[in-house]
Amino acid sequence: MTIKMNFKTFAAAGALLVGTMAFGAAQAAESLTVVSWGGAYTKSQVEAYHKPFTKKTGIEIKSENYNGGLAEIKAQVEAKNVTWDIVDLELSDVVRGCDEGLLEKIDLSKLPAGSDGKAAKDDFLPGTLHDCAVATIVWTTIYAYDSSKFKGAKPTTIADFFDIKKFPGKRGLRKNPKVTLEFALMADGVAPGDVYKTLATKAGQDRALKVLDTIKGSTVWWEAGAQPPQLLADGEVVMTTAYNGRIFNAAAAEGKPFEIVWDGQVWDLDLWGIPKGAKNKKAAMDFLVFSTTTEQLAAQASWISYGPARKSSIPKIGSYATKPDMKMGPHMPTAPANFKKALQNSPSFWADYQDELNQKFNAWLTK
Amino acid sequence: MTNAANAIAGLETADGTPLKAALARALRRKRMRAVLLVMPLFIFVFLTFLYPIGLMLFRSIDNPLVSEHMPRTVAALKDWTADDLPGEAAFAALTQDLEDARKSGAAGRLATNLNYQTGGLRSTITRTARQAGKLEAPFKEKLIEISPAWGNIETWATIKLLSDRFSMVQYAAALDRKYDIHQNVVPLPEDQQIYVTLFMRTLWMSIVVTVSCLLLGFPIAYMLASLPLKHSNLLMILVLLPFWTSLLVRTTSWIVLLQTQGVLNDLMVFFHIINDAGRVQLIFNATGTVIAMTQILLPFMVLPLYSVMKTISPTYMRAAQSLGAHRFLAYGRVYLPQTLPGIGAGCLLVFILAIGYYITPALVGGQDGQMISNMIAFHMQKSLNWGLAAALGGILLVGVIILYWVYNKIVGVERLKLG
Repeated sequence: MTIKMNFKTFAAAGALLVGTMAFGAAQAAESLTVVSWGGAYTKSQVEAYHKPFTKKTGIEIKSENYNGGLAEIKAQVEAKNVTWDIVDLELSDVVRGCDEGLLEKIDLSKLPAGSDGKAAKDDFLPGTLHDCAVATIVWTTIYAYDSSKFKGAKPTTIADFFDIKKFPGKRGLRKNPKVTLEFALMADGVAPGDVYKTLATKAGQDRALKVLDTIKGSTVWWEAGAQPPQLLADGEVVMTTAYNGRIFNAAAAEGKPFEIVWDGQVWDLDLWGIPKGAKNKKAAMDFLVFSTTTEQLAAQASWISYGPARKSSIPKIGSYATKPDMKMGPHMPTAPANFKKALQNSPSFWADYQDELNQKFNAWLTK
Repeated sequence: MTNAANAIAGLETADGTPLKAALARALRRKRMRAVLLVMPLFIFVFLTFLYPIGLMLFRSIDNPLVSEHMPRTVAALKDWTADDLPGEAAFAALTQDLEDARKSGAAGRLATNLNYQTGGLRSTITRTARQAGKLEAPFKEKLIEISPAWGNIETWATIKLLSDRFSMVQYAAALDRKYDIHQNVVPLPEDQQIYVTLFMRTLWMSIVVTVSCLLLGFPIAYMLASLPLKHSNLLMILVLLPFWTSLLVRTTSWIVLLQTQGVLNDLMVFFHIINDAGRVQLIFNATGTVIAMTQILLPFMVLPLYSVMKTISPTYMRAAQSLGAHRFLAYGRVYLPQTLPGIGAGCLLVFILAIGYYITPALVGGQDGQMISNMIAFHMQKSLNWGLAAALGGILLVGVIILYWVYNKIVGVERLKLG
């Protein structure tokens, strides 16, 4: 095959390329790249944070998706070409990223007081402010089932998830030891308070894997948060672990017959962090301050069922954005009825044991 | 000979320079021009391909953190034999080093690095680094009080192990081995072995995919090559269309077709081949991976085969038959050997693509359809253990080079025909 390209087309292509590059550079000053997890979650942020922020400041927001972890941030920081300005991070990644110097330190004194006048450090839930990040939401991993698949008794406890005799059918689990092992131990009768103590010992790790062995043959593994509602909807599994907001979205917005079992939920935080050397650091900080005010956090909660990180936002949570008669309060992971048996994911435990347990878990998977 | 040389040496061009020099200059200019023309491509390939790969592979043996940020501890452990806990001097050196590491912001990276080797060390390092500045001699008891891990010989052995800047630690880990406290290579406990199994599985699945591509692709290529042009062009589109379709689209289509509530299972239930309870698991396992990869890589087999078969003149077959050979004999003795360059090229192409395949196994592999590339991606993206990822990648690269060498010995690279 020969490619015929005369000088004119070549020059035009070159000019176009240079033009876009120059345009991109000019744009950079006016825009902010916000990175999050995609799907219904990003939509809730766009509605509650991005749109009002652009309206207020005129700064355009470019929304990008990622799948968690620090790999991209590490690559950008090491290459000294940081294109992400602000990133929605899990707590364990914040702890690690902060330790390794991948994240900018945040001046927490810039956070405004809550709408009730309480200072920021008292208004935010305990543990939600970090040297390198500020939390926006409390989210949780639960398991959910398709209620049309269970005519008689319905699953109600975390142990039911692993009881393949009582509730036959395929299970969906995240292909990751994190939360999976905690679920297994709680199902085996370990109290939430003792889970991480148990999991730090070899006997405890083996015990968790032994519980997982009972459903290994009928498990479908998922990796991205959008997969579990899809697996349930396709009938590929009858119950699956999932992020509560995703299941809520499928049930509330798409009318799917999915039910959440809150027993044994493992909750965690999502926080805004700024990668070290971000190009638009100032605008990123403005965005962080803006989006974590009482009103904005409460506004997000009307789009997705994740609990706001500020106490003053909780009374302001209204109803579901597209269904005015549906109150969001009872769907929050932190609602008292849902929070009876709950475990906070321990970032310090996972910082220590993730390499070892990942290796063990992956070896167990390949067996 | 000498006369002729002398004669040329005596000749001169119009402006008075010797002819020999003028000729040499002209040739040199020509060569320079050729080099300059190749230069952009060479620079491009070097910067975007060779240099990054070299840099990445370098990470698999390079381990600068401990030697750079714990120089005193490394010196104190130089003659330590791992029979007993090191002396007070080592504890004092460690306290000093960690205090400096905290100040320079390296403590976190140091902690991560040591934690890859021995689980639990991360918090030990970060906690000790935070308090190191406030400690006073003697340090031994105080450090053990901060974290009991300092009372383990294993902790110190890990520091000693990583104190050499260049080491094979990552390669040992990539082959399910580790260094024990006396720096001997020993196999990992059984419940942590994973990579050797995965390498073997990757090899096996690539072979299965290559063979199924050959079995499916050969008849198609033969038909394409022997049909008249107006029919074969249409069929060619059928080969090329999926080739041009996005990889993700094709992979997810296979999920729709093969999942337990999917099209194929529904059809089998409808025709009473299986009952509703006995739906077959065809995806999210090794079977699904092989099926999807075979379909995706099939064009890479068909196209080289087709281009080789197209050049084989039908007269050879006719000649063989007219000399009395049976159709099958003629096919096997005359036609088949001529397609060998195409078979070789197709198999090599499919095999090399398959052995490093990533997206498809990640999406449809489930637990037993994972390949080594998925583990490399895991260490690149999730655990951030780039050294181990580089070592795994390095082993894969060496494996491919060996296979290529074997191929060259058996078939010969000069017989390779890609189209």
